[in-house]
Amino acid sequence: MLDPWTLFFVVTTFALYIGIAIWARAGSTDDFYVAGHDVHPTVNGMATAADWMSAASFLSMAGLIAFMGYGGSVYLMGWTGGYVLLALLLAPFLREFGKFTVPDFVGDRYYSTTARVIAVVCALFVSFTYIAGQMKGVGVAFSGFLGVPFEWGIIIGMVIVFFYAVLGGMKGITYTQVAQYCVLIFAFTVPAIFMSLIITGNPVPQLGFIGEAKGEGVSMLAKLNTVVTDLGFLEYTETNKSMTDMFCITAALMFGTAGLPHVIIRFFTVKSADAARVSAGWALIFIAILYTTAPAVGAFARINFIDTVNEATYIADDEDYDARSAEIEAAGGKPVPQWYKDWEPTGLVAFEDKNGDGLMQYRGPNAPDGLENEVSPNNDIFVLANPQIANLPGWVIGLVVAGGLAAALSTAAGLLMVISSAVSHDLCRRTLFKSMDDKTELRVARGAAAGAVFAAGLLGIFSNSLGFVAQVVAFAFGLAAASLFPVIFLGIFWKRMNKEGAIASMLTGLIATFGYIYWFKFVDTDPAHWLFGVSPEGIGFVFMWLAAGVGIVTTLATKPPPQEILELVQKIRVPTS
Amino acid sequence: MQENTSADEGRAYWQATIRLTIGLLVIWFAVSFGAGILFRDFLDQWAVGGAPLGFWFAQQGSIYVFVVLIFVYCWAMRRIEKKHGVRG
Repeated sequence: MLDPWTLFFVVTTFALYIGIAIWARAGSTDDFYVAGHDVHPTVNGMATAADWMSAASFLSMAGLIAFMGYGGSVYLMGWTGGYVLLALLLAPFLREFGKFTVPDFVGDRYYSTTARVIAVVCALFVSFTYIAGQMKGVGVAFSGFLGVPFEWGIIIGMVIVFFYAVLGGMKGITYTQVAQYCVLIFAFTVPAIFMSLIITGNPVPQLGFIGEAKGEGVSMLAKLNTVVTDLGFLEYTETNKSMTDMFCITAALMFGTAGLPHVIIRFFTVKSADAARVSAGWALIFIAILYTTAPAVGAFARINFIDTVNEATYIADDEDYDARSAEIEAAGGKPVPQWYKDWEPTGLVAFEDKNGDGLMQYRGPNAPDGLENEVSPNNDIFVLANPQIANLPGWVIGLVVAGGLAAALSTAAGLLMVISSAVSHDLCRRTLFKSMDDKTELRVARGAAAGAVFAAGLLGIFSNSLGFVAQVVAFAFGLAAASLFPVIFLGIFWKRMNKEGAIASMLTGLIATFGYIYWFKFVDTDPAHWLFGVSPEGIGFVFMWLAAGVGIVTTLATKPPPQEILELVQKIRVPTS
Repeated sequence: MQENTSADEGRAYWQATIRLTIGLLVIWFAVSFGAGILFRDFLDQWAVGGAPLGFWFAQQGSIYVFVVLIFVYCWAMRRIEKKHGVRG
């Protein structure tokens, strides 16, 4: 499926990223870890948005919402609401603290090497689970569009990331992320605008979403509800998730977002606490452009999919597509669309003619006509195939591919920074070899970034054969919410919190969440056994409270932190006192 | 940086910050968990255009409010900093 436009966009954007990396080469550890602390808040906001929006946001989220309808709201609220917590509770204070990494804060605030090392473990755990998914996304995009084997797709992605992350560090990453944001947001909104025009006649997807279906006199959502219930699905604006589970998943994603190290370190790159606040606001604006468009794309995609695929006459691979489809149309039928045939080899769409009538019945579990479902689409197909489903020009498809790669690479780069700084700064400089000079540390940081790229690539290749990436994403958010968020939050807002409390709290959050997710994802997958009916996706929120509680009780049972720590916290809270 | 920020000013500054933070978090909770999840069914008796209100808050409205909240926070924090002579 190698298309000249795709090749053009991918090569051009990659050349741009590498050019930026050479221009923004890091000269010191300051440059490498925090881009010299002088990134403009708006620029940092844009880089944060690209850092944050991964292959999952770009490729999978709209598709997930298309299937889940109202149930998909957990992602929309969870992955944006976390920025409010970050801006109000963490970012400005951590910037005021003024060091390089999250383990830096934990180690200094809790005056303990043990606490620092546990924070390093948490940060590495969260980042590696997350990055495996990104590398897998890169491999899928390359192999699907450029026709190279999956492993080679990952290797090409590794080489590109290696180049700008190892060379430029945070400085290189920041400016490539700005370019990547522009590519990915353009690639996401252009097809959305076209689709909104086609389905609702309104060019703004957010307005089309609440508007009328073009020429039908009912609202788009009401039409969608009718269409899906006629096929035996749940109403689009409903969900079968319990209210408790909706609540907990949303909360776990919010607190997880605020506790993710690769997001937090972006706020170390600006000049001041004030700039950190403003920057969080800009980040959320840039994120909201995609996140308010995604539900519209999801709804439009569901309508389009049903329109073009349901009850279409299937054309087998050994038949001449053009001749057969003309024949079917002449007989007043609907042939299977070209895009469907294009994507069939990837396995993202599949059809099984269970009743042998040659038609593609797409049905939900409660179909009124009693027919069985024969079509199984993958979540990711919606964003990838949308331009073709809506008959958009060829260059839009190339753009979407470049956008998907931009989303995956920018997030991967941000995560690599966390991994490399955790190893070179927190583990080597601050724990093992305290006499290390700046030059050596920079060399170690580059080496660690290179090693991390390699490890991430291997994880990506390995995870493909296991197919568990979707599951491990739950780890990242749950672990961040339950292990890192409570100690950072309490470290700022409760002076009395001490070393013993912090260590107990991080260990509780880490072990409880890891154990729960592992158990219910891999050992006992029966939802009836969930604790309080909370799914593994949402459990991070429950264990966050447990971790905080254990931390508080342990603190109260042991002696208060020394005077200089009280002064440190006071200085973070009130800058001039 | 002002050198004469007294301990009292510092305490007042911190209390004002906490009050502001709690106020904004109440709104944060109300538009997402409140309007989008807990009171969703009740709010659905009204609509924004063609979307039921609770559903709209869950998929659109809450996000808009989040953006506004952060910028209100920036603006209010600058006022508090000025008032108490912290970096003002």
